[in-house]
Amino acid sequence: MQTKRMTFPGRWLPYALLGPQVIVTLIFFIWPAGQALYQSLLREDAFGLSSNFVGLANFTRLFSDGSYLNSLSVTAVFAIGTTLLSMSAALLLAVTVNRMLRSRNAYTTLLVWPYAIAPAIAGVLWWFIFNPAIGIVPYALEMVGYRWNHRTSGGDAMLLVVIAAAWKQIAYNFLFFLAGLQSIPQSLIEAAAIDGASPTKRFWTIVFPLLTPTTFFLMVVNIVYAMFDTFGVIHATTQGGPAQATNTLVYKVYADGFVGLNLGASAAQSVILMVIVVVLTFVQFRFIERRVNY
Amino acid sequence: MARIKLDGLKKTYPGNVQAVKGIDLDVADGEFVVLVGPSGCGKSTLLRMVAGLETISEGTLHIGERVVNTLEPAERDIAMVFQNYALYPHMTVYNNLAYGLKNRGFKADEIERRVGEAAGMLEIEAFLTRKPRQLSGGQRQRVAMGRALVREPAAFLFDEPLSNLDAKLRVQMRVEIKQLQRRLKTTSLYVTHDQLEAMTLGDRLVVLNDGLIEQVGTPMEIYSRPASTFVATFIGSPAMNLMPRAYLEARDDGHSFSGVLDDLPPGTDIVGMRPDDMLLHAPDEPHLVVEATLELFEAAGAESHLYVRMEGSDQPTVIRTSGQPPVDEGDVLRFHVPRTALHPFNEASGKRMQ
Amino acid sequence: MVENRPLGNLAAHLILISGVALVLFPVYIAIIASTHGPGEFMRGVLPLTPGDQAVENYRLMWEAGLAKAGSPPAWRMLWNSLVMALAITIGKLFISLLSAFAIVYFRFPFRLFFFWLIFITLMLPVEVRIIPTFQVVADLGMLNSFAGLSIPLIASATATFLFRQFFMTIPEEMLEAARIDGAGPLKFFRDILLPLSVTNIAALFVIMFIYGWNQYLWPLLITTDPDYTTIVMGIQRMTSTSGDETPDWNLVMAAVVMAALPPVLVILFMQRLFVKGLTETEK
Repeated sequence: MQTKRMTFPGRWLPYALLGPQVIVTLIFFIWPAGQALYQSLLREDAFGLSSNFVGLANFTRLFSDGSYLNSLSVTAVFAIGTTLLSMSAALLLAVTVNRMLRSRNAYTTLLVWPYAIAPAIAGVLWWFIFNPAIGIVPYALEMVGYRWNHRTSGGDAMLLVVIAAAWKQIAYNFLFFLAGLQSIPQSLIEAAAIDGASPTKRFWTIVFPLLTPTTFFLMVVNIVYAMFDTFGVIHATTQGGPAQATNTLVYKVYADGFVGLNLGASAAQSVILMVIVVVLTFVQFRFIERRVNY
Repeated sequence: MARIKLDGLKKTYPGNVQAVKGIDLDVADGEFVVLVGPSGCGKSTLLRMVAGLETISEGTLHIGERVVNTLEPAERDIAMVFQNYALYPHMTVYNNLAYGLKNRGFKADEIERRVGEAAGMLEIEAFLTRKPRQLSGGQRQRVAMGRALVREPAAFLFDEPLSNLDAKLRVQMRVEIKQLQRRLKTTSLYVTHDQLEAMTLGDRLVVLNDGLIEQVGTPMEIYSRPASTFVATFIGSPAMNLMPRAYLEARDDGHSFSGVLDDLPPGTDIVGMRPDDMLLHAPDEPHLVVEATLELFEAAGAESHLYVRMEGSDQPTVIRTSGQPPVDEGDVLRFHVPRTALHPFNEASGKRMQ
Repeated sequence: MVENRPLGNLAAHLILISGVALVLFPVYIAIIASTHGPGEFMRGVLPLTPGDQAVENYRLMWEAGLAKAGSPPAWRMLWNSLVMALAITIGKLFISLLSAFAIVYFRFPFRLFFFWLIFITLMLPVEVRIIPTFQVVADLGMLNSFAGLSIPLIASATATFLFRQFFMTIPEEMLEAARIDGAGPLKFFRDILLPLSVTNIAALFVIMFIYGWNQYLWPLLITTDPDYTTIVMGIQRMTSTSGDETPDWNLVMAAVVMAALPPVLVILFMQRLFVKGLTETEK
């Protein structure tokens, strides 16, 4: 990795400059991560008085635990649902906004602000709208004959958290799609038009393929978002219920560790999550390397 | 004011790459010395070593009476003008000039006096409150010069300061730099790859090639007596024509060369001829004669360039004449080269023979 | 566009208007709900037009909070959020600028090692190491404090990368000219590097401020004292009433509006910086 051609002399100064960042990283990142690794290999007795080394037992137990396997599939459904819903809505809006000349900035402003809303608040907002007793949506659904109740129906609850999580993320995807669209040379689209391609055909044969790098990048980012940043959505609304129907991996780590006080199992889950983040980060960086050459 | 003395300066980069391979040079107080050479010859590295921007791997560097090898750039009492000017984009022109003085703890009224004086000299008083991005290329160049001037340093270092300007402005600034240096009499080291800039600016030129000095001398010394085939072809435009002596000897019919080849110093196997010295009319002094076919005629106003091919040779040759001679492409022309205009070189060493 | 068809444009505007409506809908409902009295929520369905209790609701929330849910007044929670968000933002910017400066402008042993050490923080979001991090903070006695709320979150690989990237684009000669002008490392940092980085700092400030303001899990874990309740987690506490008791929706929604307003305003007024910050940190 490069530095400048010329650098400052100085034996201690660079370490002093790095000091604050490195100390915070060591104390609050590296050390706890090491602790998680260590604790994932231990089991405490019922009173928390002693712990003994159990090897990978916590992990094997997890993967034979029905509630953990359930959580894995819940997370997959949640992440895929959120990513698909948010990205397709954002792509539709971005393509449409990109057609506009004068109103482009106005629409962009109106569409980006939900980025500022905390996931937990997004959850509360939609929870309120879907509230079975007073919410406006169940009221409307009742008229078409559907009884919405996310307190009892796992499907309803999942749909609720997916909508809340996707709603907040539209702004982000929209901005990146719009930037991607604007980097496509206008001449390519004009050439296709001269070749007689209809607007729809132009989109699917020219624009969409050229957006692939952006789409792929956003897919990874959205999966990371759905897996790790949506704790607030779940915690502020369904709290993992009903009957574990929305108990995602991140929520389960919290619930098992803080509510259930099962340190070994929670630590093992943390370790698995870290592995997932490492893999996703790696994928993302490999992809960035490729995008540079694109 | 100070002399700059370089003794055996070497620069070795990691991986044992030698950029500067041992340079001895003595720049007198008030002298304007130009370092010239093709890109990659080490001229910029050498200048940056003098500035303190590159460490010196071996050798000793004096500025004034001091050995400055390990001194910080700021402690060497030099000022530098960069190729891209390196003006601080967030500071006004005034602050760009004043920054170095402020760092050195000058008093406010002294800073104001010096900035005012430099701005007056460079005619940039009107821009003092502007930011660099509001200036044209030529104006930025002046500010960069001003930043060097206000310091009143022992030496000016110029790193290709004119290469970002368009041709017309470059000529104008060249003249101004020369006049300014004459007036201030500040020792100056100037790096360029442009041989014309080097010839017109320098009291002395240092021609560098591959990390070593090829020749040091006044512009005319170097032009009229290039010490090597490298210098011969690098200085002067169009470049000097080099002919193998054997080729010329084969053309000699015994009397038209009037024995000029015999007078060449021993060891000469390459003969250099400047394009201006190949005459269409025979001079009075002893000379040699060669025949060549005119392949392309280039009229450049006051002068013309004749691209010819000598009979029995595949080497293209350029000839420069003043005015426009009455010739046509395809003509076979006779050129006369005076004995005094022949430059004798040895092919193996590339050196000039005495 | 290649062609301009009036019908296509009409359809496009319709798509966008419904998109905007859908995006605005939840917030509209929240604002409406915050203007009604508590009685409106007993009658089955929520009204869609504003009520007349707005001033009363916001005043109550601002001054008293929701006592029955153990929530402090909104001004207190907003203040806590502001302090936390600013501490995180300024802390992140400060330590990232310093470390990027060290990495780009110095050569020293273990430079690469430190770079990777900082990089690793990207891979360890707080959500995946909740318990051990909580234990560390508890051991350090930082529970229920602003230090505990902010310091553990200020390490930032993203900001360090962004500044490194930016510093690499600054011409080499800027440093060389400054050194000839007699500027040492710290003077160069203050007089040249910081002023040149202003736009980048501002763009990151916007992103980091929103990040800090919206923290949820972390304050939830390490604060139990209502004096440190932030607005985002406070709202969750107000809604999670026990048993069949319904939350005071009018007051909760007033709090929601107050919680969302600061970061939304930041985005609306600094949209250009926000877009720059967002697209550059994620590249």
